[in-house]
Amino acid sequence: MTNRIPLPDLLAGLFVLGFGLVGFWQAGAIPVSPLYAQVGPKAVPYVVASGMTLLGALLVLSALRGGWSAQVAEVAEAGPPNLRALGLLGAGLLANLVLIGPAGFSIAASAQFVLVAAAFGSRSMARDVLIALPLTLLVWFLFVQGLGVNIGAGLLEGLVLQLLGQEAP
Amino acid sequence: MEAINGLALGFSHALTLTNLAWALLGCFLGTAVGVLPGIGPALTIALLLPITFQVSATGAFILFCGVFYGAMYGGSTTSILLNAPGESGSIITALEGAKMARNGRAGPALATAAIGSFVAGVVGTLGIAFLGPVIVDFALVLGPAEYFALMVLCFVTVSAVLGGSALRGLVSLFFGLTLGLIGIDLQTGQPRMTFGLPELFDGVNVVLVAVALFAVAEALHMAWRHHGGEPQVLPVGKLMLSRSDLKRSFWPWIRGAGLGFPFGVLPAGGTEMPTMLSYYAERKLASPEHAKEFGTTGAIEGVAGPEAANNAAAAGILVPMLTLGLPTSATAAIMLSAFQSYGIQPGPLLFETQAELVWTLIASLFVANVMLVVLNLPLVGLWVKILKIPTPQLYAGILVFATIGTYGISNSIVDLILLYAIGIIGMFMRRFDFPVAPVVIGMILGPMAEQALRQALTISEGNWMVFVTRPGSLIILLVALAALLGPRIYGVWARRRVA
Repeated sequence: MTNRIPLPDLLAGLFVLGFGLVGFWQAGAIPVSPLYAQVGPKAVPYVVASGMTLLGALLVLSALRGGWSAQVAEVAEAGPPNLRALGLLGAGLLANLVLIGPAGFSIAASAQFVLVAAAFGSRSMARDVLIALPLTLLVWFLFVQGLGVNIGAGLLEGLVLQLLGQEAP
Repeated sequence: MEAINGLALGFSHALTLTNLAWALLGCFLGTAVGVLPGIGPALTIALLLPITFQVSATGAFILFCGVFYGAMYGGSTTSILLNAPGESGSIITALEGAKMARNGRAGPALATAAIGSFVAGVVGTLGIAFLGPVIVDFALVLGPAEYFALMVLCFVTVSAVLGGSALRGLVSLFFGLTLGLIGIDLQTGQPRMTFGLPELFDGVNVVLVAVALFAVAEALHMAWRHHGGEPQVLPVGKLMLSRSDLKRSFWPWIRGAGLGFPFGVLPAGGTEMPTMLSYYAERKLASPEHAKEFGTTGAIEGVAGPEAANNAAAAGILVPMLTLGLPTSATAAIMLSAFQSYGIQPGPLLFETQAELVWTLIASLFVANVMLVVLNLPLVGLWVKILKIPTPQLYAGILVFATIGTYGISNSIVDLILLYAIGIIGMFMRRFDFPVAPVVIGMILGPMAEQALRQALTISEGNWMVFVTRPGSLIILLVALAALLGPRIYGVWARRRVA
């Protein structure tokens, strides 16, 4: 074994360390309670932030000593990251995020469905659209009508409700 | 006998048509998600939580327990036919089961797994019924100090004892604890860790975190590692167990169940350890001619024992959850949050105040076991079809449900952003081998531990010594310390001896 410091492990350790420090900052920002309490609202956040910071420091130390992820079989055997798949999946999540407000659930979730399927190597976009639209509309109706969970109606849902002769919720 | 009376009461409610229907639906859904790689019971129950607004508590929990048990039956199908264990408890099943399947013995492997799950499920559920009231009697004398100590023990075992590395397990746990702190402090009304964002004042929803870690992170990680190709599903063949298969399976079932249940009950939870122990035990106990099949053509004992151990341990996890309110697995943690959304606090009082609910639930677990054997053996063809859903559409579908589970709660874009952010963190957690379950457990149990801590200190008027002067809490804390440091000290000692 060489003494090279694995950069990914070091970054992971630094991230945890940073997370702990942000925790400290936020624990410090908790207003002091005017109510009397044996243990105030700040105590446990400080304990948790200290723990996280300490663990982050230990991870950094472990990374400086050669890291851990090289010993994980799944990491060692894996090929290079598939950036195309990851990018398409990220685009799918982003599309959902942007569209769900203005266009409603079914359109947003269908766009996401098609992009995610493409990320995992689906070749027929037309077929995915034909699966996605009925599926998302069906679960929208199931959740909205059956469980009373409102998932954001939009253009498509309104249209279908109109066809069924119902008022949009 | 309290258990007998309780079970009589429970069965009288569980066998009504509505409750049977809930159990059947739960078992069906559970088996389906157990079979599908990439989704498990924790995620499914999290997505089903909205039904708690509409359905009575009894119906909802019968459904959840059906999903919980069903997922374990379904998980063995995937392990055997795909050689892809869906959760840590079925890794061992995949070991021998997939080898049997490759040698044309998938049918007997599936059958012994299903019947073993049934035997273990019945043993485990009997264990819940008879052990539950005993633990309740004991738990009623515990004060907040002891409860706090128990939760610390729970934290240590789920993060530091199970899994590959204590350090990384603890990081996951503290990540969960931090998430649990976000929101308004219940005791003083102060907002905490919110960055001043009003959207965070109500805290981070546990469903959101579960969906982020189990669905979004999983999909991202799979995409990262995606290199095309569909996994191959091995043919099932004949399901019947021959007389010799039955003879070889019987004692492994019993031993596996006996081994698994205590592990589930202890806050040392987890299904890896009992399944592993059962595997080694069966390997040792097998006759020389059968022992040769281990690791080569696949030995049926190596499926029967670990599968039974897995199910019995999972049943055992319900004991601390129902009697003490302590979740030791991610699924149990989500179920606990379901109890909370009904305003019910699991714990020793549950058996008194909600006796009908508890015993109906336990009786339904028996019902679910019977249903699951029927669902899994004759209907195995259906589950094989589900296994053949191609990966692209499977993950695309999972993410649609992830959106519903998150956006449906709040209709808030902030929650979706949070979902994806935690999902990305979860992806890196998978990459760097951080366990995910401690996050969910820390998030649910953390606020409860803080409350117990504050109560204990209020009673003791601020004297922190209360945790070491009360014998109960001292003993539990010492056990936690031993669990945390024991393996390390042993490691150093073992190395010294070698040197």
